[in-house]
Amino acid sequence: MVTRNQPIRQPLTSTVVVNGVLVVAALYFLLPILWVLVAATKSPGELFSSFGLWFTDSPQAWLNLTNVFTQDGGIFTSWILNSILYSAVGALAATILSAACGYAIAKFPFRGRELLFSIVLGGVLVPATVIALPLYFLLNAVDLTGTYWSVLLPSMVSPFGVYLARIHANAAVPDEIIEAARIDGAGDLRIFGAIAARMMTPALVTIFLFQFVTIWNNYLLPLVMLNETKTFPLTLGLTLWNSQTQRDPMFYQLVVTGSALSAVLLVALMIGLQRFWKADLTAGATKG
Amino acid sequence: MVVPFAVMFAAFFIAPIVYAINDSLFSTKASGLGFGAPEKVFVLFDNYGAALGNPSFIESLGRLLAFAAIEVPLMVVTAVGLALLIDSAAARFPRIFRVVFFIPYGVPGVIAALLWGFLYIPATSPILQGLSSIGIDLNPLSTDSILFAIANIALWGFAGYNMLILIAALNAIPSELFEAAKIDGASEWSITWRIKLPLVRPSVVLVTVFTIIGTLQLFVEPLVLRPLTTAISSDYTPNLAAYNQSFSQGNPNLAAAMAVIVALLGFAFSFGFLRLVNRKGDRAW
Repeated sequence: MVTRNQPIRQPLTSTVVVNGVLVVAALYFLLPILWVLVAATKSPGELFSSFGLWFTDSPQAWLNLTNVFTQDGGIFTSWILNSILYSAVGALAATILSAACGYAIAKFPFRGRELLFSIVLGGVLVPATVIALPLYFLLNAVDLTGTYWSVLLPSMVSPFGVYLARIHANAAVPDEIIEAARIDGAGDLRIFGAIAARMMTPALVTIFLFQFVTIWNNYLLPLVMLNETKTFPLTLGLTLWNSQTQRDPMFYQLVVTGSALSAVLLVALMIGLQRFWKADLTAGATKG
Repeated sequence: MVVPFAVMFAAFFIAPIVYAINDSLFSTKASGLGFGAPEKVFVLFDNYGAALGNPSFIESLGRLLAFAAIEVPLMVVTAVGLALLIDSAAARFPRIFRVVFFIPYGVPGVIAALLWGFLYIPATSPILQGLSSIGIDLNPLSTDSILFAIANIALWGFAGYNMLILIAALNAIPSELFEAAKIDGASEWSITWRIKLPLVRPSVVLVTVFTIIGTLQLFVEPLVLRPLTTAISSDYTPNLAAYNQSFSQGNPNLAAAMAVIVALLGFAFSFGFLRLVNRKGDRAW
């Protein structure tokens, strides 16, 4: 993709400058991650007394890991599982909902569809904080705060997903195919589920991944909604431990090792699914 | 098929906004001598008056604008710069760089703030230790530099994501344009300035608007850095102030007014920016 406009030979100086800057930038982006991976092998004391970017003589990664997973009755495992639950279920539901809505907006000329689309687009611009605080009071009124639902349900709404789905349905699902399926007697739901959704698969994967990371990284919503530590996602759990470092410095090491683990988890997911991060969808979107 | 999304959107997007606006127009007052249930009184814009009359809230708004003035140009220039570098013909291993720059996007903002927090205190930071050994003593968490310290965390987390949007736009430029330009003898430099940048302009605008919106939500980073420094107060940003009003001061009505003010500010800036670039666009292209 990038190679296509590559001439055979570049002037040496520009090659050195360009790649030099890129390497420096790469070091910048990797630095905190390298630091936390090294720091996760140290004792709480060494954390503050040894050079940050190199290992000490007595690495204790295994001990730190064991501590993280046994602290507070093994609650760290629950936090990981909760994070996966919130992100996976929320993103899956969000993908289905936005795909159906985006597809319908793209393919059915119903009354008020442009208005609906504009309102949804406006939703992209509303800061999450404006939603989260009042949402607490609304869900409190129906006794949902403190439950898994209080985080899951709001996570299922992705205006950006609707936007991507509409753009992609327009581009990837030809009207002729829908017509043909209708003549064959298929209902609209069946056409969407069996035909259109398959043609939109790349967009659906993208919507799922973006929403997954958004929910995984979310802090404010669970902070506002949840009060029992066993329902916490990782982000909230780690800040809970972080707030106890004043009381007991041992928590510094728990926070560091826990952060290292959570960073490794998602970085692995992102590198593993690298080819699905099809940003050209968003590029198409910006032109649509 | 629109209905399921529309219902969820109404329940978890529209309803809270309506609730916030409605809430911001009321005030809860203890009736009589404080006995009996407190009653809700319609106060129109009193909460807004209270918010805007509160010096520390005004201060936090000013701080937010200062932060946006640092963060938005920094983010846009970095994202555009990285995208152009990776897209340039001179770049080796562009795919690897692309992945590396994008990695921090997968690190939650809270964790990013925790990690940078360690890198901002001399006891644990290899950078500060290194600088100190050559005679430069920095304190990123001091009052003077704290906004830059926070801006750096946000830049680290989102520059790669924004870069990805821009790279995608660069890839969408038809290659005939480059060939034609090269036949006409254009240098890589002038191709960048005259072809690439003007053609990815819509994406740059998009990235800028997203950054403005994200910037005004500033909440997590100051919250996490707060225990490390005295430079961050409990109402350091409007969102922190609203959160505190709501959950520790027990004044959700004032909090709602504050949240609405931030949202209006966001809309004003986004649309102001869009109008500005559109007008410019008519002239230039």
